[in-house]
Amino acid sequence: MQDERKTRITIPEPEVRPGDEPDFSDVNIPEAGAVSLPPLDVEPRLLRNHAFSIIRILRRDGEAVGPWAKMLSDEELLFGLKHMMTLRLLDARMVAAQRQGKTSFYVPQLGEEAVTIAFQRALRDGDMNFPTYRNAGLLIAQDYPLETMMNQIFSNEKDPLGGRQMPVLYSAKDHGFFTVSGNLGTQFVQSVGWAMAAAIDGSDKIAAGWIGDGSTAEGDFHSAMVFASTYKPPVVLNIVNNQWAISTFQGIAKGESGTFAARALGFGMAALRVDGNDFLAVHAVARWAVERARKGLGPTVIEHVTYRVGGHSTSDNPEAYRPKAESDAWPLGDPIERLKLHLIGRNLWSEERHAQAHAEIRDTVVAAQKAAEKNGTLHSGPSPRRRSIFDGLYEETPIHLERQRQAAEKWL
Amino acid sequence: MTQMSMVEAIRDALDVMMTRDKRVIVYGEDVGYFGGVFRCTQGLQQKHGRERCFDAPISESGIVGTAIGMAAYGLRPCVEIQFADYMYPAYDQITQEAARIRYRSGGDFTCPLVIRMPTGGGIFGGETHSQSPEALFTHVSGLKTVLPSNPYDVKGLLIAAIEDPDPVIFMEPKRLYHGPFDGHHEREVVSWKDHPLAEVPEGHYTIPLGKAAIRREGSDLTVLCYGTMVHVALAAAREQGIDAEIIDLRSLLPLDLETIEASVQKTGRCVIAHEATLTSGFGAELAARVQEACFFHLEAPVRRVAGWDVPYPHAQEWFYFPGPERVGRAFLETMEV
Repeated sequence: MQDERKTRITIPEPEVRPGDEPDFSDVNIPEAGAVSLPPLDVEPRLLRNHAFSIIRILRRDGEAVGPWAKMLSDEELLFGLKHMMTLRLLDARMVAAQRQGKTSFYVPQLGEEAVTIAFQRALRDGDMNFPTYRNAGLLIAQDYPLETMMNQIFSNEKDPLGGRQMPVLYSAKDHGFFTVSGNLGTQFVQSVGWAMAAAIDGSDKIAAGWIGDGSTAEGDFHSAMVFASTYKPPVVLNIVNNQWAISTFQGIAKGESGTFAARALGFGMAALRVDGNDFLAVHAVARWAVERARKGLGPTVIEHVTYRVGGHSTSDNPEAYRPKAESDAWPLGDPIERLKLHLIGRNLWSEERHAQAHAEIRDTVVAAQKAAEKNGTLHSGPSPRRRSIFDGLYEETPIHLERQRQAAEKWL
Repeated sequence: MTQMSMVEAIRDALDVMMTRDKRVIVYGEDVGYFGGVFRCTQGLQQKHGRERCFDAPISESGIVGTAIGMAAYGLRPCVEIQFADYMYPAYDQITQEAARIRYRSGGDFTCPLVIRMPTGGGIFGGETHSQSPEALFTHVSGLKTVLPSNPYDVKGLLIAAIEDPDPVIFMEPKRLYHGPFDGHHEREVVSWKDHPLAEVPEGHYTIPLGKAAIRREGSDLTVLCYGTMVHVALAAAREQGIDAEIIDLRSLLPLDLETIEASVQKTGRCVIAHEATLTSGFGAELAARVQEACFFHLEAPVRRVAGWDVPYPHAQEWFYFPGPERVGRAFLETMEV
C-alpha cells in the first residue's frame, strides 16, 4: 500500500546536521558587481533578477566593484568598521555578563553587524525604525550611549524602561527606534502604518520595518505587505535572513524554493536581495530604497542574506541542531573582516590600527559596563522601585488600579 | 439639539473630530466610499478627503497594526472593525501591542487609538455577527473599554475616546443603531425618534470615560448593565413593577466603582445583566466587586442574567438573548430572598 501512495507532505530539512560537514553548495553566490543598479523609478516587475540574485560590492580580495560601489566616503567606511567592532564587543561583554548572572538574557548579533549599521547610516533624523530584538546596531550606528543600553540590559535603577522589559527590548524614540516587542512580526505592519501617517501628515520622514526570516511566516508579515502594496507609503521593509529561526532553518518559513525578497514581486513591490555581510552593499541598497521612499516612489522590500553566527539568544545552544563549524564555512564571510580587508587594500587602515582600535573600543565598552554596573545589575545593587510597576499604564491611573496600588503597599 | 439615531450620532462625532483635528484618520473595511456596512462613516470621505477616510483591506491585524503605527507617529486613528466578531485576527495587535506600548516603553511611545466595533446580537447574525467579547478586552491591562447605550452618550463618549491619550475599544450595540430595543422582538421596531436620549447637541461635547449613568433611580434593587441590556432592564422593571435602580455603566474600564458601590449599599440587592456568555463574563467581575465592597449590605445573593454558554445561535436567537422576561424573573427571585 505504501508504494501506491501518491501524496505526501514535504518536511524541508537543512542539508546538514551536527556531525556533518558544513555544506553551503546550494547557496548561489553571484560575482561581486554583477547585479545592475536600477533607476529609482524602476517598475517593480523589472526587478526579478534583483529579488533572486544577490547584490554584492566587495570581492574576495576586498576590492569594491560594480555599479553599486562608491556611495560611501572614507570617513563613513571607517565609522562603519569601528561601530561594527563596538557592537561585536558589546555582544561579547553582554553574553559574558549573562553567564555571570548580571542579567537574565541577551540576544547577540554576531556575524550580522553590517546589516543594521550600514542601513542606519542611510536614514535621517526623524525617520523611524520598527526593529526586532536583533537590531541593536541601529542604535550603535547613532552613538547611542552604551551605558544606557546596559542599564536596560541589567534592569537597573537607571533603566529607562524601569525594569519592565526583558533585556535588549530597547525603546529610543529620539533615536528613531520604536519600542521592541517580544512578539514576532507585529512591528512590521506597524512600520507601514507609521509611514502612512508620515505621508498623510505631509512630512518627508520615512519608516523602516524589520523582520527575521522565520517571522515572515506570521500573518502580520502578509498584512504589512498588503497594506504597503495597497497604499504605497514611504517605508523600507527589511527581511534579515540569517538562515536560522532558533533551531529551525529558513526553509521551514519559506519552503524549498524562491527567496524571501521574491515574495515582494507578487505584491508588485520593489525587491532587492543583498549580501548582508557586505557593508558597502547593504548601505548602497539602503540608500537606494530610502531615497526612493522619500521621493514618494513607493516601498521597497530588502532581503539581507546573512548568517546568525551566535545562538538565537543566551538561552540557545546551536550545536544541538547545526554543525559546530558551520559559521566558518558561510560563503559570505565575516562583515568586519571583509570591510577591514577593503580598507587595508585602500591604505585607509592597517592591522596595527585595527588592533589599536579594538583595544580602545574594548576599553570604552568596559568603562560603560563599569558605569552601568554601579547603577545595579538584575540581582544586585540598585534596582527599579517595585511600586513603580503601577505607574504609567495609562496617562491617568484608573480607580481600580489606584486601589490595587494602595492594597499592595503592605507587600512593599 | 438635533434628533439622531446612534448611527447618526456616531457619524456626527467622527465629523466633529475630523473637522476639529487634522490628526483624526478614519478607516476600515467598506468604510470609505460606501460609508460602512452600518453607514456610520457615510459622507466622511466626501467631506474630509480620501486620505482621511478610506477603505482598508480585509485584514483586521493590518487595520489595527497600521493604526498603532499611526498613533505612534502622532496621528489619532479611529478605525472600524466591521463586527466585533471579526476582531480576533487583530487580538495580538490590540492586547500585546496597543495596550502595552506606553507601559513597555516607559512612556517613550504612546498609542492614542480608537477601535470601533459593532457588538451584540438581535439581528439574526448567528455566531459570527452577534458576539459580545467585551470581557476579552476588560481582562487586558492597558485598554479602556466603552459600551454606550444611546445617541447622546455615543457621541460624547466617542469624542472623549478619540481625545483620550490611550487606546480605547469602542463597542457599539448594533441592535441599538436605529432604535432603543428593549428585547421585545415580537413587537414593532421602535426608532430613536422622540426618545429623550436621542436629543443630541450640535458640535463638540464629551462624556468622561469611567462615569456611569443612573437611568432610573430606585430602592428595591440595583441593576448593573450596559448597551442593549439597559433598555431590557428598564422594560423588565416596568413590567414587573420593581423599583429598580438601573445603572448604565457606559464604560467598563475605567469602571465607576463609586456609583456601583453607593447604589448597592443603598438597595442591598444586585442583579447584573449582559448579553455576553455567563462564564467568565464581565458580570463575574462586577459580582466580585460588589461582594468585596458591599457584602455587609447585601440582603440577597448577587444574581447574573446573561447569554447562555454556547455560541450565539441563528434560529434560536430569541431563546438565547436574555430578554425582559429572564431579566424580570431575576428581579423577582432577588426580591424573594
